[in-house]
Amino acid sequence: MQMIRDDNWVLTVGTFLPMLGVLVLLVTPKARESAIKMVALITSIATVLVGVFTLIRFDFGKAGSMQFVAETSWIPVIKSTYFIGVDGISLPLYILSMVVTLLVVIYSLDHIPAPGNPKAFFVLMLILQTGMAGTFIAQDLILFFVFFEVVLLPMYFMIGVWGGEQRQYASLKFFLYTMFGSALMLVAFLAMFFKTGAESFAIPYLVENGAGIAKNVQVWIFAGMFIGFAVKVPMFPFHTWLPDAHTQAPTQGSVILAAILLKLGTYGFVRIAIPMLPDAAIEWAPWIGGLAVIGIIYGALGCLAQTDMKRLIAFSSVAHMGFVMLGISTLTSFGVNAAVFGMVAHGLITGMLFFVAGSVKERYHTLEISKLGGMLTQVPRLGWILGLCSMASLGLPGLAGFWGEFPAILSAYNPAAGLNVSVYRTYMVIAALGTVFAAAYLLWLYQRTAFGTPKGHDHHDVHDVNTYEWIAWLPLLIAIVVFGIAPNLLFSVIDPAVQGTLRAFGG
Amino acid sequence: MIRTTIDSTAVWTAPIIDYHALAPEIVLALGLTVVLLVDLFTSERNKWLLSVLTGFSLLGAAIPVLTLALHDDSTRSLFDGRYVVDEFSLVMKGLFLVAGYVIVLLSSAHVEEGDYWRGEYWFLLLTSLLGMVMMASSRDLISMFVALEFLSIPAYMLATWRKRDSKSNEAGVKYFLLGVFASAVMLYGMSLLYGVANSTLLVDISKSVDLNGDFAAIQALAVVFVVVGFAFKVSAVPFHTWAPDTYEGAPTPITAFLSVASKAAGFIALVVLVFTAFPSAKDVWQPFIWVMSALTMTIGNVFALRQTNLIRMIAYSSVSQGGFVLMPLAVAGGVAGEAALRAVVVYLIVYAATNLGMFGVILAVTRKTRSGEIASLGGLFSYAPALGVLLTIFLASLAGIPPLGGWIGKFAAFQALLSDASPWAYVLAVVGAVNSVIAFGYYGNVMREVWMRPVPHGDTTPIVTPSSLQIALGITAVATLVLGILPGVVLRFGDVAELVGAFGR
Repeated sequence: MQMIRDDNWVLTVGTFLPMLGVLVLLVTPKARESAIKMVALITSIATVLVGVFTLIRFDFGKAGSMQFVAETSWIPVIKSTYFIGVDGISLPLYILSMVVTLLVVIYSLDHIPAPGNPKAFFVLMLILQTGMAGTFIAQDLILFFVFFEVVLLPMYFMIGVWGGEQRQYASLKFFLYTMFGSALMLVAFLAMFFKTGAESFAIPYLVENGAGIAKNVQVWIFAGMFIGFAVKVPMFPFHTWLPDAHTQAPTQGSVILAAILLKLGTYGFVRIAIPMLPDAAIEWAPWIGGLAVIGIIYGALGCLAQTDMKRLIAFSSVAHMGFVMLGISTLTSFGVNAAVFGMVAHGLITGMLFFVAGSVKERYHTLEISKLGGMLTQVPRLGWILGLCSMASLGLPGLAGFWGEFPAILSAYNPAAGLNVSVYRTYMVIAALGTVFAAAYLLWLYQRTAFGTPKGHDHHDVHDVNTYEWIAWLPLLIAIVVFGIAPNLLFSVIDPAVQGTLRAFGG
Repeated sequence: MIRTTIDSTAVWTAPIIDYHALAPEIVLALGLTVVLLVDLFTSERNKWLLSVLTGFSLLGAAIPVLTLALHDDSTRSLFDGRYVVDEFSLVMKGLFLVAGYVIVLLSSAHVEEGDYWRGEYWFLLLTSLLGMVMMASSRDLISMFVALEFLSIPAYMLATWRKRDSKSNEAGVKYFLLGVFASAVMLYGMSLLYGVANSTLLVDISKSVDLNGDFAAIQALAVVFVVVGFAFKVSAVPFHTWAPDTYEGAPTPITAFLSVASKAAGFIALVVLVFTAFPSAKDVWQPFIWVMSALTMTIGNVFALRQTNLIRMIAYSSVSQGGFVLMPLAVAGGVAGEAALRAVVVYLIVYAATNLGMFGVILAVTRKTRSGEIASLGGLFSYAPALGVLLTIFLASLAGIPPLGGWIGKFAAFQALLSDASPWAYVLAVVGAVNSVIAFGYYGNVMREVWMRPVPHGDTTPIVTPSSLQIALGITAVATLVLGILPGVVLRFGDVAELVGAFGR
């Protein structure tokens, strides 16, 4: 793989800038809340500006190569280096993580959840940002692992301290599931290292040499990575932490969780597990595809059964990530392109849905669907935004969700060589049925919450979308529409990198 | 008869003593004498001098360790190879002295405020540390045994320091009885080794103990007995039963001392024996340590999950951490040897920094709460955010979460284990991986108490942390963070920790 080393400070600055904000926040007195909010805001704006600079300097003509590559020694004894870079797959996710953090910070200026303490809240959020961005740029397995784990504790505290009624249970469940996955993942990484001759942890090196490992060994190593990443995605049957975590997390936590954290898992499959272990990937792919379609149907049925709006959105994540994983499991560039697009689209749309859910909760003090209604008459703008996001989420053509879902289904028609075609076509049919369910649960949700007349008479203070919300939401809404109309903006960046990733499968 | 004795005395020449190599021990010996003397001649009011003197003795002893380390020819062999100052021993001596210094910082406020026999406290602490420093260099059964008793006997007394507290008495007696029992088992093993090898020098033993010939069974038995003896010292399951009671009953700074320094000394002895005395007997000790490691991690964890008392939980967690240190040793006889040695050294350094820091926070908090229950930490973050965050950092480090120190210890252990590439190594690695998740159950429980639970009785009076404790917390927190983010610093120690006599060197 070609490495472009121009401007190799950009990624380091973009990733660690939030930590500078953390240091400033730590010395800011707790009582000066406005100063704290300002520091957090400036830090995340500066981070996004570095992101914009990254976008400007990114050579889109060479999206398939690693760019801004920096490599310096870190832990020489174990042959791990500080090796970072972005290509067309990581770039959208890296930028998304920065933007989402900024928007969440803007939203939080006005919506610090109980029990308050913005200082700790923003410190955790900025640490989260470093962990997420770092995961997408790491080109060394150990570095990847460290960043992958950095996000755990801040999220644990975010759910556990600022969450809902059952926050302690939900946060511990989130943590134990993820940690279980990553512990086995680490064992798999080490096995990978030793089986390729104990030379290097660099991802490009391992991708080149991984194919030489005996197939039965590959299958076992893949199993370890599979558990690590599948828990994070989350795939059926490892998904049970997700509804609890999402339901209990504060709005900001839910948004970050849905928009970025879930992608760490799918990104791991695309960047690490599949290119490094091609033979094992072929063996595992039908199982992954099978679990993915089970997830699609299970998530959809779960949605239909929910009475809580936030929990419904959480289950819809399980279904949507099922589409992403189905695309990945085809091992074709078509499918993986769809998957990466799906990751970004899901990040935008579901992130947005959680924002709306948070604002609904703030206004109506409940998320029980049966107690909501008539949003279009009472808070028309919020109602319309919910409508747009529901449509995007169910995969309406013209909005971003479509381009993740439809090509993923289509790609299952023609999986990579070596995969059983009839199995995948069955998956395709089941997944297509899943989109019908998706339409059903989202439209039903919309009908029950937005149509009709407002219920209950204690909702006098309900106000429509306020300025902070507009600023936080507009970029996401615009992106949903823009990527829906012009998907090639994203596909043209992703595709060259995906082609490179799937070289082992004949393109 | 008398004539021959006199003749032989005349023939005997004093060995050439390398005083530079012995300087750390000499400084410590002088220091503890001074502490004892000063204690006799100072009034109660001036007893604070003793803790200062103890701290200075430790720092003073660290100077020759540094000069020895910086010296080009850093390997020095004394008394026919019975006492070796190599890089491994220097790293370990450094660890003991720094850990000892932190323990002095942790103890000083505790000792000043409690009803303690201050002079003797510092004297015994220094004596025990001297034993540990000696243990790092011992390469002979006799010097090892002397070092072991040197470090253990003061520790028995320190454990029972709170004289009128029945729990403290229980702690000391349990520790003493089981410790002596372990010593006896070990001595029996050593006597068998001497019988087989006709020498007490470890390098000679390594030549004789090869599990071949007529004495193979006796050799195997001897190896097992000696390993069991040190397994008591490092509280490996099933020889761990003293640890929870002793840790709970002993004064808290002494618990820190036992769980860090004393444990490290036990591991050092085990490492030296395994690498220099028993390399050819690996078919005996490898499976033995494999089983102990798996049991130690698992049982330590499972019991830790059930504890409501903080110190008992730490005791079981420390048992379980010991299992992780043992993990690489389970494959240390093969190609993984060097990586295993490095992993043990790194783990011990990281664990010392983290665990001492955690005890520092606990000491600071219990000054206010006067309670050992986990529930007494409720809402700590809300009224003492700095202590809350520090405790979180130390707990997360113990749980092995990057980028805090603990992860590199666990990582090094896993790496060493898997470099062996045998199925058994992989099985143990998976056991370790699952255990590191279970461990978060109880570490996370404490974090939950600190961050998410209400303050007991609504008592949010702030905590006053004495400056000595603050310094100790600063040292350990910085060490924990630096070790985690730039692990190259400590892994290099592991790399240079060349153990003379191991790997045929």
